[in-house]
Amino acid sequence: MTDPREREDRPERPLDAPRRRRAHTTSRDLERYAGLFARRTQVMRSSAMRDLMAITARPEVISLAGGLPDTSAFPADSFAAQMTRIAHESSAEALQYGPTDGFEETKACIVEVMEAEGMAPDIDDLIVTTGGQQAIDLITKTLVDPGDPVICEAPTYPGAVPTFCSYEAEVHHVSTDDDGMRIDELEALLAKLRADGRRPKFIYSVPSFQNPAGVTMSEERRRRLVELAREHEVLVVEDSPYGLLRYDGEPQPTLYSLDGGDYVLYLGTFSKILSPGIRIGWVAAPPPVLDKIGLGKQAADLCTSTLTQYFVREYFAGGRWFEYIEDLIEIYRARRDAMLEALERHFPPQAEWTRPEGGMFIWATLPDYIDTTDLLAKALRENVAFVPGRAAYVDGRGASSMRLNFSASKEEELWEGIRRIGRVVSEQVDLYETITGEHTVGRAETRPAGPGDEPEEPAGGDVVPMPRRRS
Amino acid sequence: MRVAVLKGGSSLERGVSLRSAARVEDALEELGHEAIGIDVGQDLVDRLRSERPDVVFIALHGPGGEDGTVQELLEILGLPYTGPGVAACALCMDKVAAKHEMRTAGLPTSDWAAFNATAFRELGAADTLDEIEARLGFPLVVKPASQGSSLGVEFASKREEVPEALVAAFSYDDRVLLERYVSGRELAVSVLGSEALPVVEAIPREEDFFNFEARYEIGRTEYVCPAELGESETRRVQELATRTYEMLGCSGFARVDLILGDDGPEVLEVNAIPGLTDTSLFPMAAEATGIGFTELVERILASARDRPASEATLPA
Repeated sequence: MTDPREREDRPERPLDAPRRRRAHTTSRDLERYAGLFARRTQVMRSSAMRDLMAITARPEVISLAGGLPDTSAFPADSFAAQMTRIAHESSAEALQYGPTDGFEETKACIVEVMEAEGMAPDIDDLIVTTGGQQAIDLITKTLVDPGDPVICEAPTYPGAVPTFCSYEAEVHHVSTDDDGMRIDELEALLAKLRADGRRPKFIYSVPSFQNPAGVTMSEERRRRLVELAREHEVLVVEDSPYGLLRYDGEPQPTLYSLDGGDYVLYLGTFSKILSPGIRIGWVAAPPPVLDKIGLGKQAADLCTSTLTQYFVREYFAGGRWFEYIEDLIEIYRARRDAMLEALERHFPPQAEWTRPEGGMFIWATLPDYIDTTDLLAKALRENVAFVPGRAAYVDGRGASSMRLNFSASKEEELWEGIRRIGRVVSEQVDLYETITGEHTVGRAETRPAGPGDEPEEPAGGDVVPMPRRRS
Repeated sequence: MRVAVLKGGSSLERGVSLRSAARVEDALEELGHEAIGIDVGQDLVDRLRSERPDVVFIALHGPGGEDGTVQELLEILGLPYTGPGVAACALCMDKVAAKHEMRTAGLPTSDWAAFNATAFRELGAADTLDEIEARLGFPLVVKPASQGSSLGVEFASKREEVPEALVAAFSYDDRVLLERYVSGRELAVSVLGSEALPVVEAIPREEDFFNFEARYEIGRTEYVCPAELGESETRRVQELATRTYEMLGCSGFARVDLILGDDGPEVLEVNAIPGLTDTSLFPMAAEATGIGFTELVERILASARDRPASEATLPA
């Protein structure tokens, strides 16, 4: 299953759940409702992909399709103790409405997290949102009129696509490579839009350990991006859910710190460093933009959950939040390494993939004659799932790519899952070559024929130094 | 009556099946029956033995549920079930076998060639692609031999697109067919008992014409029921559908998909267990003739009990 935000809207009903009685919908009803739907609802996702995704929920399926952090690492005892303390000491307040922009105490925790990433936000420049997803929604709602250009990476976060589409933004993709968004391409696009008299409202980017590509923007490009934003007076939305989850390499300065918060809006979340279930994210933005976002939030949900904001406050008061991140880093680093090793071992030489220094995802690209939506059907017969690349584009590209998640599965499962996907990919490559009589030369010919050429067990939790390969 | 509703399973059409089943369960309860939903898996036989239903409503789509497998199990357990029997299901699910039967019976169906992956891997089938393409012409349609819905169905408008289309179709099944593309109106005839219901026409939007996925999304394809056909044309299409239904040995209900080209109607495929969701064509056709969903379920259920003698391959 994909990130919960991407999930199908009709969950399976447990067999023993009480049935809700509802009059049957007839095709006439459907027509009647269809006439009432807003134009923007016509932007629909592919139904075939949705149906395929319905199967990934089955327990026998190893799903590398999720976007989930591993919450089983969170100590249940301290969770219980913190919630108990809230019940004893702040019951009435914790059960009450809160301010639309969030509690000061929550914002103080947010400042701590942002400082850990090298930023120094003014506490008044923050608004607490219901997850990072609401932040994307509110920003788009605040800035975009139908038809306004919005720029994002290609591929981009699959959960942002429906948000941009629902506000009828005209989405422009800018390619990415190992150093993140191609700034030369961005520059050309901005120049072209300017020449056409069009003004993009914002540039959406996940600069660190991007979802889905896993790549990180270089410092040079970050600096140039911030300059371009000033030059063109266009906002940059820096979405940074995984910024602190770095497994190797040097931290890069955030766009927000480089720009000083004039043109860059920073989106953060507790989802990947604490829990996605508490639904707490935030935006740091210049006051005039923040005011409008606040009005939008008031209309959307009045305030973010008070109860979970109390939880964040308690959790941070414990002073161990950074230690937990360090634990996660250890766990995820081993998983990333296991997945990279499995890919090296089990994917055919015609495939290539990214080597993220952090985050949760690897992006693999297959020869262009393989469509990963079709391949998912074959993979599901082997009880393994991934996200087909098309979901990360608005323009139908990405058909030969796939997103693989390594944070939510243990090493053994990652190894087995990649082995199964590798097998179906190899079968399709062989088939194509047999049909066409062509023998494609692997782009990854230089791949070391390593000691891993026999079936073997995964490397467990050991950190294996991986050979670097440009993709 | 205790009615087990089989649903879900591991077929790619699991999602559709769950939606069909939810409606069927509601209708059964409205009719005063006890509906027992069973998501089919390893424990299916155990569940059926312990639940002891009077009749089984099969709301499964795709391989496993629609190809005779589940039907065979039910025959062995001696449980009456809805929809076509073992042999008819197996024939309908296998588009190649169904086309051979239609050819033999003189029923119109477009030209094709079918291969399994082994033919390419071991027998050099790729060397015959020139002849096949010359015979079928372009565009041609490539599809898995045994998937329902539109999964894996591809158009190839020129020869360079054929290998990719084959690779895609082989993702869904080990056997695929290449078929002559016939342009024309897309029609679906639902058959209930032995009676053809009003014809449904699917009219895709221009830009989605070569996108089969669009056929299954509201707003991207327009459905007209009854289709705007003359009286004699309607009868001709319905007759072809019922003849095909009978020839393949269907009983209970099924949906026959056809294309109405310049040379008259041709059969594309027969769905042994058509979708019963709120956007499905079978309930739409039933409604057009005044049969509401609940009554439809009632009639399908009744047909299960009137099924002719067991088809079980083991002596009772």
